[in-house]
Amino acid sequence: MAQVMELTDELASLGLFADLERPQLEAVAHAFEEVWFGDGERILREGLTGSGFYVILEGEVAVRSGGHDTAVLGRGDFFGEVSALLGEPPSADVVALRRMRCLHLAASALHDFLLSHPAVTYRMLLDQTRRLRTTTRARG
Amino acid sequence: MMAVTVTRTRSAGSTRPGAAEAGDPRPFPPGEYPLVIVGSGPGGLQLSYSLRRAGILHAVISADPGPGGMFRRWPFFQRLLSWTKPFAPAERGSRAYERFDWNSLLAQEDENRALMAGIMDGTSYFPSRPEMERNLTEFAERTGVEVRYGCSWEATRRESTPAGERFVLQTSDGEYRCRVAVFAVGVAEPYVPPTPGLELAPHYAATRPAETYAGKRIFIVGKQNSGFELANGLLPWARSITLASPSPAKLSVVTHSLVGIRARYLQPYEDHVLAGGVNVLAASIEGIERAGEGLRVTVRPSTGGEAVAFEVDEAIAATGFVTPLRDLPDLGVATYGSSRLPAQTPFWESATVPGIYFAGTISQGAAGLKKHGQPANSGAVHGARYNARLLAGHLAEKHFGATRQGRRLAAAEVAPFLVEEIGRAPELWHQRAYLARVVSLDGTRGIVDDGFVPLAHFLDSGGPDAIAATIEANGEGAVYPVLYLRRDGVAREFVLPDQPLNDFTTPTHRREVAAVVSEAGIDVDRGEVLGLPVG
Repeated sequence: MAQVMELTDELASLGLFADLERPQLEAVAHAFEEVWFGDGERILREGLTGSGFYVILEGEVAVRSGGHDTAVLGRGDFFGEVSALLGEPPSADVVALRRMRCLHLAASALHDFLLSHPAVTYRMLLDQTRRLRTTTRARG
Repeated sequence: MMAVTVTRTRSAGSTRPGAAEAGDPRPFPPGEYPLVIVGSGPGGLQLSYSLRRAGILHAVISADPGPGGMFRRWPFFQRLLSWTKPFAPAERGSRAYERFDWNSLLAQEDENRALMAGIMDGTSYFPSRPEMERNLTEFAERTGVEVRYGCSWEATRRESTPAGERFVLQTSDGEYRCRVAVFAVGVAEPYVPPTPGLELAPHYAATRPAETYAGKRIFIVGKQNSGFELANGLLPWARSITLASPSPAKLSVVTHSLVGIRARYLQPYEDHVLAGGVNVLAASIEGIERAGEGLRVTVRPSTGGEAVAFEVDEAIAATGFVTPLRDLPDLGVATYGSSRLPAQTPFWESATVPGIYFAGTISQGAAGLKKHGQPANSGAVHGARYNARLLAGHLAEKHFGATRQGRRLAAAEVAPFLVEEIGRAPELWHQRAYLARVVSLDGTRGIVDDGFVPLAHFLDSGGPDAIAATIEANGEGAVYPVLYLRRDGVAREFVLPDQPLNDFTTPTHRREVAAVVSEAGIDVDRGEVLGLPVG
């Protein structure tokens, strides 16, 4: 549980966890695992089973498909939820654009986590809705 | 395993640097060495052994008075969590036996293999701490691994010399200069979070003999293995035991991995669920304060609700350990996570300071893919020993001019070889979805067994067309082989079926492996691959 206090403070500043009280934030800090990626390192690999859900603490990633970057995500953003929830391999690579720290949760744990943290689930839904609107406008 | 041959004459340090100081019989006096290992636990010993076999001159220094690392002192209750089965499905001393022996280090000589099994007294398949210490001591003595004991690494700097960049390790004995430094110093520095009043709770590392807790109400901060180990050992002594940390306790039998409380320490948990008097709380600790002769602990349930205060006689902080990296972060070594592990490449090199490597339990900082959330076993001896052996080969190639001598395979040999590996290779069984056995289809070398590589390296570093074989697990109880076929730099995954007895040499597995081999373009009948004669 080393450094959980520091991580809890960091989580409190992220939109996804903005509605949680401190004991819940501490529980999140325990439930997720911090991971580190170097510049250019792949975090999600297109077509490979067993990926997870990630929340960015520091740094940026590119969503890369067919050699093209389709989105760039930064601090507070999350990724991997689609393949984690649908139980399918990712449909794109996610690549670190520079050194980055993330929180990681195994796909199998995401279901229970979202059910037990409805405020986080609501924030995720809001974010997904915004992404859907952006995509729809871009196509429209 | 993979043969590594040193093809270039050793340069600096081709003879042992520095004469032994007068009257000091210890090896490796301060001076310049091509490579320096810090640490004499399982990681340092395995790496030194494997480097010696590869012909790479190096020094090993350790602050301890003898081999063993953390096993010279812990686990507190003097019995390990890692088993060795004296009688197993595979013959003791064989390569396949390593799957059933989590504690012996790896040796090439028959007489130095599976040492742990010959030392245990038969009362448990978990060695006692003294038995483990003897296992490591015997390995060092029998294989001739030399260490300069009582030599404490104190500080680190970089220096430009006419011969190139050097790391300078300041030690209690003087300065060591090297091109490559490997730190195998464990994740062993006690950590106490800044919770108010936690200074009133001595760390796990300062736990007293169990009998001194007789009749006392004990509060343990932390619900990982160290917390449950203490609770288990104090069950016959304590008046009551309460364990608390913010998230629910994880159990290894539920996570299907080494993540979570191991079965050996589950007794307090059973006592809790049967309402026997042990309390296991998912709660954050708001503070600990003195109350008369004892302590008042205030916790707040993680699920919400009012804070709860209760009194105990003593508290213990089983709050974990961090990596004792001293001033390496000042040198630029990035760290992350709850154990302050150094960020590493797939080959265990600092991701931010080239030339600095890690071995032993610190190698878990190179996390790999963690498919299905399953970690590798790099935090334990049975995983880290393979990392260290691989690291020795990698260091020999990258820094000392060695070349890989992969074994040529005939086209007809490839599928049976891969089936044999997924059936028995301990490297794959212990380091699941982390280490892979690779057969390359190289335009110049033909079909070659390229040994083991980290799976992340295989998937992301490019290279010739190749097949990689792993054993993986889905976290829900299934264990199964996976093959990766890399063509034109892009890897595709082939998940093979699990099998009730974990036998992956069945006709079904042979058929599926053969199909992937065929997909790779290997024509078994014509003995060709990609139009190139092979075998």
